[in-house]
Amino acid sequence: MTCWDPRTEEISKADLQALQYRHLKTLVYKLYSFSRFYHDRMKAANVHPDDIRSLDDIVKLPFMYKKDLRDNYPDKMFMGGQDELVRYHVSSGTTGKPTVVGYTQHDLDNWAVSVARALTSIGLGRKDIIQISYGYGLFTGGLGLHYGAERIGATVVPASVGNTERQIELIHDLKVSAICCTPSYMLHLAETAERMGVDINRDTRLRTAVLGAEPWSEKMRNRIQELTGVKAYDIYGTSELSGPLFTECTEQNGIHVWGDLAYVEVLDPETGEQLGPGETGELVVTMLQKEALPMVRYRIGDLTSYDDSTCPCGRSHVRISRIAGRVDDMLIIRGINVFPSQVEHALLTIPELGEHFQIEVDRKGALDTMLVRVELKPTAFSDKIDDMISLKQRVAHTLHGILNISADVELVGPGTLTRFEGKAKRVLDRRSI
Amino acid sequence: MSYTIKQISIFAENKPGRLAAIADALEEEKVNIYAFSIAEASGFGIIRALVSDPEKAYKKLTDLGYAVSFTNVIGVKMRDEPGGLKDIARIMGSAGINIEYAYAYSGKKEAVLVVRVDQVEDAIKALQAHGGRLLEEKELA
Repeated sequence: MTCWDPRTEEISKADLQALQYRHLKTLVYKLYSFSRFYHDRMKAANVHPDDIRSLDDIVKLPFMYKKDLRDNYPDKMFMGGQDELVRYHVSSGTTGKPTVVGYTQHDLDNWAVSVARALTSIGLGRKDIIQISYGYGLFTGGLGLHYGAERIGATVVPASVGNTERQIELIHDLKVSAICCTPSYMLHLAETAERMGVDINRDTRLRTAVLGAEPWSEKMRNRIQELTGVKAYDIYGTSELSGPLFTECTEQNGIHVWGDLAYVEVLDPETGEQLGPGETGELVVTMLQKEALPMVRYRIGDLTSYDDSTCPCGRSHVRISRIAGRVDDMLIIRGINVFPSQVEHALLTIPELGEHFQIEVDRKGALDTMLVRVELKPTAFSDKIDDMISLKQRVAHTLHGILNISADVELVGPGTLTRFEGKAKRVLDRRSI
Repeated sequence: MSYTIKQISIFAENKPGRLAAIADALEEEKVNIYAFSIAEASGFGIIRALVSDPEKAYKKLTDLGYAVSFTNVIGVKMRDEPGGLKDIARIMGSAGINIEYAYAYSGKKEAVLVVRVDQVEDAIKALQAHGGRLLEEKELA
């Protein structure tokens, strides 16, 4: 597959590491000299830029957290003067104050380059007509994809969000070949098209979807692909890192994170120790070249694992797996990390079960207990108690296989667990610690 | 003549109010409950009932989201006096009928033992051959 920048994307591991080290070294000196915030943090951690003598020394550097951005609202973490800033974006503060991010021209260029490489890696180019159905404005989604798509010479339809019927008309009339939006909007679009009598596969030229900005699953990918005939790709990024930055390539097997722009670590969320390839933990990113708002060892709170083998597509940069959930959702039960997404994954493999479940954690004496309540599908009900008990045992066995700890299972009737509008509250932790 | 009786089974977790909700739904549909039992096993229960209109009950409960199924059972008539159950149990024992579960109710004219077995047709034949008297579905009302 063609690369946007083959020299960088197919760089050897050794050369990439040397490049990363150079960027890191420069970044740390700059921060120590010009960022009041990070200077103080390094002092507190008793680290001097001279202590960074290899890429591995990155572990000596103190972390940055989302909270830091809120505490330093709006721009106390910025480096350099306002005259160097060319843009702000502001993220909606669903869990508190909004966070403000800023960009120099160089930051915007790197952002566009990152998206350009990503879009090229899924086969898009000058001949494509790309509809951007992410919100334009304070949110980074719309403008981020916009400049990346323009950079590769594609024709952009800046549709933004809303007015779904008109979006479908545009896709049809302007012969749109790719769309960028959230996975849930893609499903909504497909359903609306069907209601309008438009068969996306037959009646339009839409063949590629770049989906992100909310968690989704492999199951949802399959559903979207089957329903619409488009190939759906995962895109990742957060406003603190710039915005949407990285996607899968046509292999659909991990998101390529450009190593000259970002350095990835995956840590055990509890101990902060680095984990190896394939192990699920907390994604920590250092943006190696950002100027206005540098991010060093930023603990985003997303869970993933990494693969540093060279991709069959030829790109040597590290790949991260689909985001498996949030660190905040992580439970520690009998010393083992358990994520609700793992429970969901386990339950999905058993056809007799509905999709709603609840996890209840408690403590009996010194021992943590975990109870998983899951709904039985109406069609799976048997009058034979033995059948029901063996189903229960099968659920417990499957959970144990995936979680590595034993859980009690309670089968409940269809529709009896609480439904949630929006974010589901699936965990009940009754332990008083 | 059919001696198999359509029993309705409902999955219900063991929680206060579950039974009331089900009974309430059946009352709404004017479905009468002739006989019924609750079996409980590690956290969940199965409610089994013989009702005046199984189809109607099934539809109502399914619409409400319950997991419901039909099971064929046999009703064996018993003398409603000491020794009544013994007679029946002896017949079934000597006929080699393995009981999966059973519950009794005091019928209109005489007591009835509702029995669930593996091989319903074989059991009916065996019971009749050994002098057992069986209940027809229409006799329920």
